[in-house]
Amino acid sequence: MMERERAGLIYQTMVKIRAFEMKAVNLFETNKLRGSVHLYVGEEAIAATVCSRLSDEDYITSTHRGHGHCIAKGARLDRCMAELMGKETGYCRGRSGSMHIAEFSKGNLGANAIVGGGIPIATGAALSLKMQHKKHVAVSFFGDGASNEGTFHESLNLAGVWKLPIIYVCENNGYGISVPLWESTAVDRISVRAAAYNMPGETVDGNDVEAIDEAFSKAQERALAGEGASLIECITYRWLGHWTGDPQTYRTREEIEEWKKKDPIVRWGNKLIERGWYTREDLDAMQAAADEEVQQASEFALNSPNPDPAQVLDDVFYEEAAEE
Amino acid sequence: MSVKTYAKAVRDTIAAEMRRDDRVFLMGEDVEEIGSIFGCTADLTKEFGRERAFNTPISEAGFVGAGLGAACTGMRPIVELLYMDFSFVAMDQLLNQVAKTRYVFGGKAKIPLVIRGQQGIGRGNAATHSQSVETIFMHFPGLKVACPSTGRDAAGLLRTAIRDDNPVMIFEHKALYPTKCDVPDDPEFMLPFGKADIKRPGTDVTIVANLLYVKRSLEAAEELAKMGISAEVIDPMTLVPLDRETIVESVKKTGRLVVVHEAHRTAGWGAEVASMVTEEAFRYLDAPPLRLGTKACPLPFNVDLENAATPQVSDIVEAARKVCYR
Repeated sequence: MMERERAGLIYQTMVKIRAFEMKAVNLFETNKLRGSVHLYVGEEAIAATVCSRLSDEDYITSTHRGHGHCIAKGARLDRCMAELMGKETGYCRGRSGSMHIAEFSKGNLGANAIVGGGIPIATGAALSLKMQHKKHVAVSFFGDGASNEGTFHESLNLAGVWKLPIIYVCENNGYGISVPLWESTAVDRISVRAAAYNMPGETVDGNDVEAIDEAFSKAQERALAGEGASLIECITYRWLGHWTGDPQTYRTREEIEEWKKKDPIVRWGNKLIERGWYTREDLDAMQAAADEEVQQASEFALNSPNPDPAQVLDDVFYEEAAEE
Repeated sequence: MSVKTYAKAVRDTIAAEMRRDDRVFLMGEDVEEIGSIFGCTADLTKEFGRERAFNTPISEAGFVGAGLGAACTGMRPIVELLYMDFSFVAMDQLLNQVAKTRYVFGGKAKIPLVIRGQQGIGRGNAATHSQSVETIFMHFPGLKVACPSTGRDAAGLLRTAIRDDNPVMIFEHKALYPTKCDVPDDPEFMLPFGKADIKRPGTDVTIVANLLYVKRSLEAAEELAKMGISAEVIDPMTLVPLDRETIVESVKKTGRLVVVHEAHRTAGWGAEVASMVTEEAFRYLDAPPLRLGTKACPLPFNVDLENAATPQVSDIVEAARKVCYR
C-alpha cells in the first residue's frame, strides 16, 4: 500500500491540475487566452500518480494535452499560466503557448503538439540514461490516437530491441478528437500491442490512483533492473471538449455524465478519508490552497509583460556568447 | 597531412571525436558489420563496441527522434541516414521536432545532434536514392546545413558539427566518397560554419556550387580559361549559415553570377543565392544571374536520362559564356 504522504501529494497535485484547467477555461472564455488549449480535466490521476514516483532526474515527454504532466512534474503554476498567455515570464518566453511547455530542470522534455511526436524523444532519453549508466527512467505520455502513429511502433520496437529503461503510458480517453477508438484502432485494448515488442502490457483503470500506481511501480522496477520497457494503458475520459470550443456532437451528454461519476479526484479523496489518512477538512484545505495558487498564477500571468518583438529571432540557435 | 579518400576522412573524423569525447556516439542503419555501405563507419564498432557504434532498426523517424532525445539529455549523437532521401521518412522528427525544439522551449535546450549521410547521382540509384535534398532543410529555420565537396572539407565540417551545440545536417555525396585529397591529421582541424571557400579565384564570372558541382565547376573553369574567361568558383560550404558576404563581394568584382547545383533547379538553394545577389549587388551586375540545377523530373535510372536531367560541365561552360556575352 502507498504511504500516507505520497497519497496526499497525489491528491494535492490532482486538485491543483483541475483548478488550473478550470481557470484556463475561464480565461479562454473571457478572451484572456488564445490558441489551442487542450484540457486534462478528468484524467488527472494518471499524471499525478506516475509523476509522484519520479524525481527531477527522470525524464518525461508529454502531449498537446500537457498541462497536467507539466504541473505533476513540478512546474510552477504561475510560469505555466504565463506561457498559456504567451508572456515573457512563461516557461518558454511566450514562444510555446499551451502545446509545447517544457521545463528541462524538472526533467520535462516538453509537451508536443504533434500526436506521437514525443514518443521517440522519450525513447532517446531512455537510451541516454542507459548509456550514462544512470539509475533513472524515461516516461512517455501519449494518447490512444498516438498508438496508431508509426512513431509509437518504431519507438516500442527500439526500446524492445535495446532494453531501454522507459515506461510508455497511454492515456486512453476513448476519442481522437471526434473519432471513437473502435473506429480508428484495430484492437480493443492498446496494451496488447506490447506483445509485438516483447514487453509487458497492462490495461488499468486510469481514474484509479492505486491501480495506476501498482502497474507503474512494477514497470519502473523492471526498467531500473535493466529488464527493459513496459506499456501501460490507462482507461480514462476527458470531461471537456478536445479543445475549448469543441461542439462535441460526437458524444452524448449521458456518456459524459456517466464518466463524471467516476471522478478520479472524488474517488481518491474518499479513499484517503476511509483510510483515516486525511480528514475532509484536510482535503478542503488542499483545495483552497490550490485555488489560491491558481488565482495568484492567473494574476501573475495577466500582469506579466509580453515578449519583446525585437527578440523574435532569439534562440533559433544556441550561440556560445549568448549563454547565461 | 595524409592523402585519403573522402569516405575515410569522414570515418577517421568520427573515430577521433569518439576518442576525444565519451558522449559522442554513432547510430544508424548498417553501421556495424559492413561499416555502412560506403565504408564511412568501417571498424568503429570494433574500436568502440556496440555500446557506442551500433545498428538501428529501419525506423528513421524512431531513431532520428531518439537522437534528439539523447542530445537533449547529455549525449552528442551522430545519426547516420543510409541515404539522405530517407530523411523524408523522418520528416516530422526533423522539421517539427529537431529544428524547433530549442526555439519553442524558449531557448532552454541545447541539441548537439549531427545527422549525416550521402546523397546524389552517379551510381544509378534512380528516383528515391539519388536526390539532392539539402534545400528543404535550409528553408525551415533551426537546422544548420553543411555540404562538403572534398575529403578535407568533410573532415573539417564534420568536426565542427560534432562540437556544435546545435543540430547539424551534413549532406555528403556518394560520387565523391572515392575521391582522394590531402586531409590534415590535426585532431583539432575544424572548418568554421558560414565561411565560404573560394576554390578557384577568378575575375570574370562567379560560379557558386556545392558538392559534386564544385568538381564539375572547376572542370568548367579550366575550359573557360582556355577561352580567356577567368571564373571564380565558390563553395558556400554551409547553406545555414550562409556566407553572403563572400558571394556578394565576388559578384561585385566579376559582375556575373552562375549558381549550379544538383538539387532541383525549381526553388533550389541557387534561387536564394541569385535573389540575394540581385538584392544586394544589383548595380554591379552586368548580366542576369543564371541558375543551373536538376530539371523538374524525378531522377531517372538510365544513365543517359540521368545525364540529361542534371547539369553537365558543358552546361556550366555555356552558362558562364552567356553571362559574359561570349
